[in-house]
Amino acid sequence: MAGTSPRTLFDKVWDSHVVEKLPDGTCLLYIDRHLVHEVTSPQAFEGLRLAGRRVRRPDATIAVVDHNVPTSDRRAGIAEPESRLQVETLEHNVAAFGVPYFPLLDARQGIVHIIGPEQGISLPGSTIVCGDSHTSTHGALGALAFGIGTSEVEHVLATQTLLQKRAKNMLVRVDGQLPLGCTAKDIVLTIIGAIGTAGGTGHVIEFAGEAIRALDMAGRMTVCNMSIEAGARAGMIAPDETTVAYVAGKPYAPKGEALDRAIAYWRTLPSDDGALYDKVVVLDAATIAPMVTWGTSPETVAPITGTVPDPAAEPDEAKRAQMLRMLDYMALTPGQKLSEVPIDVVFIGSCTNGRIEDIRAAATVAKGRKVAPGVRALVVPGSGLVKQQAEAEGLDRILLDAGFEWREAGCSMCLGMNPDKLTPGQRCASTSNRNFEGRQGPGGRTHLLSPAMAAAAAVTGHLADVREFS
Amino acid sequence: MDAFTTLTAIAAPLPLANVDTDKIIPARFLKTIKRTGLGVHLFDTLRFDATGAERPDFVLNREPYRAAKILIAHENFGCGSSREHAPWALLDFGIRCVIAPDFADIFFNNCFKNGILPVRLPREICDQLIEDAKLGGNARITVDLQRQVVVRPNGTEIKFEVDPFRRHLLLEGLDDIGQTLMHAPAIDSYEARQSDDRSWMPGIA
Repeated sequence: MAGTSPRTLFDKVWDSHVVEKLPDGTCLLYIDRHLVHEVTSPQAFEGLRLAGRRVRRPDATIAVVDHNVPTSDRRAGIAEPESRLQVETLEHNVAAFGVPYFPLLDARQGIVHIIGPEQGISLPGSTIVCGDSHTSTHGALGALAFGIGTSEVEHVLATQTLLQKRAKNMLVRVDGQLPLGCTAKDIVLTIIGAIGTAGGTGHVIEFAGEAIRALDMAGRMTVCNMSIEAGARAGMIAPDETTVAYVAGKPYAPKGEALDRAIAYWRTLPSDDGALYDKVVVLDAATIAPMVTWGTSPETVAPITGTVPDPAAEPDEAKRAQMLRMLDYMALTPGQKLSEVPIDVVFIGSCTNGRIEDIRAAATVAKGRKVAPGVRALVVPGSGLVKQQAEAEGLDRILLDAGFEWREAGCSMCLGMNPDKLTPGQRCASTSNRNFEGRQGPGGRTHLLSPAMAAAAAVTGHLADVREFS
Repeated sequence: MDAFTTLTAIAAPLPLANVDTDKIIPARFLKTIKRTGLGVHLFDTLRFDATGAERPDFVLNREPYRAAKILIAHENFGCGSSREHAPWALLDFGIRCVIAPDFADIFFNNCFKNGILPVRLPREICDQLIEDAKLGGNARITVDLQRQVVVRPNGTEIKFEVDPFRRHLLLEGLDDIGQTLMHAPAIDSYEARQSDDRSWMPGIA
């Protein structure tokens, strides 16, 4: 596999995982880590059972409940019968097939894409899959990580491989330094606005450049998390000293001499000089501002200092019709200042922005302020351990004193499968990843933004420029 | 999985771009542990109002499109989540083929695993097919996977590309886990090799 021609990070991780190349170019790709949750796995385990198959490598598999668990006190169990059945089904399946599992009341429980890196289960240079599109998150470590459907979940459980066609290489380079008040979320929203929701289709995006290198691991995960919102198969960032410092010491990470060998290997992974990309996009970080979305697609994004765009200015008829539909759904008028859009709900959490760094950013803005009258603001830590850490730092007190709700870990209002949802017509400033119609609850209206921007919206009662808070 | 060979059916025009998986099947309907029964919730918010009544203007609520087996849409169909509930809902409703200029990767993959054929055709051809589909019960569209052609009601044939391996599995209705397990010796030897190359990678106990 390893030829003399320069290879990208993606090429290297891909090449080292090809079990067999079939005549038409389809590859049997080996999977190092399989993350399993309650929503997309029941039918896969049922398939194994019907075919009399076992889980090939339980020791490469980890299961957790996150999508439809309540974020209120859970000691009494789950009230909603369908959610409870999915959780019980997973518990039954992990017991029957011998799969490691973090139960609901375990401190390690949390959103699957938060706990993988947090536990050192997600490692640089590995292949990681999960029945969830935001698996791209783990690419921040320099892993090849992507979402799969339930049939493929079953395929990985049974064979530890996937049948895959090699994706194309795309480089997104963000040069320069990010201005004060801007975050990883603003970088990725800017990228999606620039290349569109299908801009990465068929590609694996490698994020590089000074502004990406300067991000901590939490920020890198935010960027890779939303690769899928640009249509990409996966997002990746080359491992460096920041990555090594993050991984070392994590519970399931290699230790001692094994860690030394791992680090030596990880250092070989960054793209070679002269490696070819099928597509290259270059952005200047200095031009990035705090961003918010105004429509019902993540590409409909604008700086907080901007206004709601006017469909009349859109020459393409189909696009104009789509914009009109979006503005109607979002109840916004062309020319309206984004910083004057009033909000009803604030959601801080999700696999995009549910890490300790995100909660710290929100608490910094919330400190000494109060949630605006009539606004409901939820903070949902990405895992039980993130929650513990925040409490050890006193962030829960700051947020509670400001009038935020402090919840248990889970996916929560990102997709409203649990009781945390918007009611029809409610408008939410959300740190999650998708603003599709009805995503956070039927009829709900979502504006995507960073945790600091969400906290600013909470205390002002409208979308607001966090740079005015320093 | 049911094989897909040739399908002649009514096609429903859905001239929308970026039809996301939340639109195809909202998250609140994912709390099932079965693959079947999701057809009643297909396109829930487009199909039904807040009271649960049908929206009469939505294509799948109109005759003859209630019996459509083909769907024709615009760019980036199936974007968003990896939920296989999206193709399950389409299949349960009766849709066996979606034609669009392009598809989101994971959705595209998921279709093949469920006997649904996603066909990529240029936007102007999709628009022609959408006009054909608007003729309703008077127009049938044929999708022939064996010959890789879409046949318009006027008899015009349009060639389409499909991955040969996926075409083979679909034509035969084959379970790809069974196919992969025929390569078990290769997986075994890869694992043996890997235990040297990536011996630093611990198991999850």
